[in-house]
Amino acid sequence: MLDDFFTRALVAGIGLALVAGPLGCFVVWRRMAYFGDTMAHSALLGVALAFLLQLELTAGVFIVAGIASLALVLLQRKGTLSTDALLGILSHSTLALGLVMIAFMSWIRIDLMGFLFGDILAVSRFDIAVIYAGGAVVLAVLAWLWRPLFAATVNIEIAEAEGLKPERAEFVFMLLMAAMIAIAMKIVGILLITSLLIIPAAAGRRFASTPETMAISASLCGVAAVAGGLTASLHFDTPSGPSIVVAALLIFLVSVGSFPVLRRVMGRSHGA
Amino acid sequence: MLQSYLNAEGAMLVEMKNAGVRRGGRWLVRGVDLAVRRGEIVTLVGPNGSGKSTTVKTAIGVLKPDEGTVVRARGLKVGYVPQKVSVDWTLPLTVGRLMQLTGPLRTDAMTEALEAVGIAHLVNMEVQALSGGEFQRALLARALARKPDLLVLDEPVQGVDFSGEIALYQLIRELRDRTGCGILLISHDLHVVMAQTDMVVCLNGHVCCRGTPESVVRSPEYTRLFGSRAGETLAIYRHHHDHTHLPDGRVRLADGTIAEDCGDGHNHHAGEAEKDLAAERHDA
Repeated sequence: MLDDFFTRALVAGIGLALVAGPLGCFVVWRRMAYFGDTMAHSALLGVALAFLLQLELTAGVFIVAGIASLALVLLQRKGTLSTDALLGILSHSTLALGLVMIAFMSWIRIDLMGFLFGDILAVSRFDIAVIYAGGAVVLAVLAWLWRPLFAATVNIEIAEAEGLKPERAEFVFMLLMAAMIAIAMKIVGILLITSLLIIPAAAGRRFASTPETMAISASLCGVAAVAGGLTASLHFDTPSGPSIVVAALLIFLVSVGSFPVLRRVMGRSHGA
Repeated sequence: MLQSYLNAEGAMLVEMKNAGVRRGGRWLVRGVDLAVRRGEIVTLVGPNGSGKSTTVKTAIGVLKPDEGTVVRARGLKVGYVPQKVSVDWTLPLTVGRLMQLTGPLRTDAMTEALEAVGIAHLVNMEVQALSGGEFQRALLARALARKPDLLVLDEPVQGVDFSGEIALYQLIRELRDRTGCGILLISHDLHVVMAQTDMVVCLNGHVCCRGTPESVVRSPEYTRLFGSRAGETLAIYRHHHDHTHLPDGRVRLADGTIAEDCGDGHNHHAGEAEKDLAAERHDA
């Protein structure tokens, strides 16, 4: 069954969406969209370092994204620059550093577009194994961490005062984000990873009355986006990452009740 | 054995000795000695920026003291209502879920707490849909339902209507009477709080004065601190100080001289109270 590249991409993408749902909810709740983006951009530096040091790609990305998030937290604490400016500096300088390093390594042929925007053709059986094993670990840790992390998200002072050790929960959450970025890179690409976290979660908000149902509906919206996006990608020969994001955007628009707009668009295409 | 000590009548729950917190090169609060025992209600009063919130956060470990010591009883269970809680609209959070934020809760315990604060009918409402007063009641119910050893309330009745305010303070005292927990309270509602409090501590970057409400009420300072008609009507909280804390941490004394700290010379005694109130500005 996994002989077909499309099936492999679909299986991998669905695994990814299931993990991205709950993580993405926290990214949205904690207003960490740009933070996630910065971690994702640092992934290219991870790729470059992995090639240079001949590491497994996923491991390189995980390490660099993890370090970037820790650096951010530490710099934030020092409070010399605003978080916004810090994110801007780290986000683009890590991306640029990665691009420059890759350009220097002339002995290696790298499909840069594949890393930036995802490449369904590149998904191997091994990648699927990594996504499902890594994803299962991420989800298990998140479930274990759920109460302290959620309490810290609502109010960190209450969580701290009532003994939930929110700082530890937030630290582990950063590592989970780094893991998510490492396993998501091949499917959606570095530049679009955060959209897979944020858009399904935002869409899931409309169908949820508790944080847990929002996490589940975010996962389901993500699965639908992956299935729709990959199908369209195959059909129209578009890059897989952007196609998935466009599909997610459509689901989001439906969820926020843009039915009149959508109906008009559909009506026109039917009429034609 | 520690547990039994913690539960003993009059057991020390938290004790601060000469505690100070410094941020950005400025002491927010300094030299605070404060203790809360089981069954005791301690109320902090003071103008804006006098370090009340900083002090309670240090007491419960949200902030670390930069000098002095803070000792909490081992296994101390805290129920905390912060001064400000804002919940992002993207968070689907009902009152019932909020009640279980830091630990699971039996349904009857939840209902009991919500009934006590008068919002049992709102259990399935999303918190973003609550009014300010209702949300404050929900936060209080959440802290009560935990059955804490130490209840820490930072202006717990803000936004609550006047009759509700009195009822909630009554409830807080009843809870103390029934469960014997200790309560550390910050409040501006002196007229209501005074009657419910065992110990009043007045802060102004340091401890200005302290005592039982009875001793404070009888003292001449009280009249000047809280207004002569306190307790009768909705007294406006007037707090007279004879020195001003400058942004750089130094202090301008009543005679216009600048000092490194307030020293022991400051007070709230007769005569000085006649001074223009506007001279005493404490910006948060």
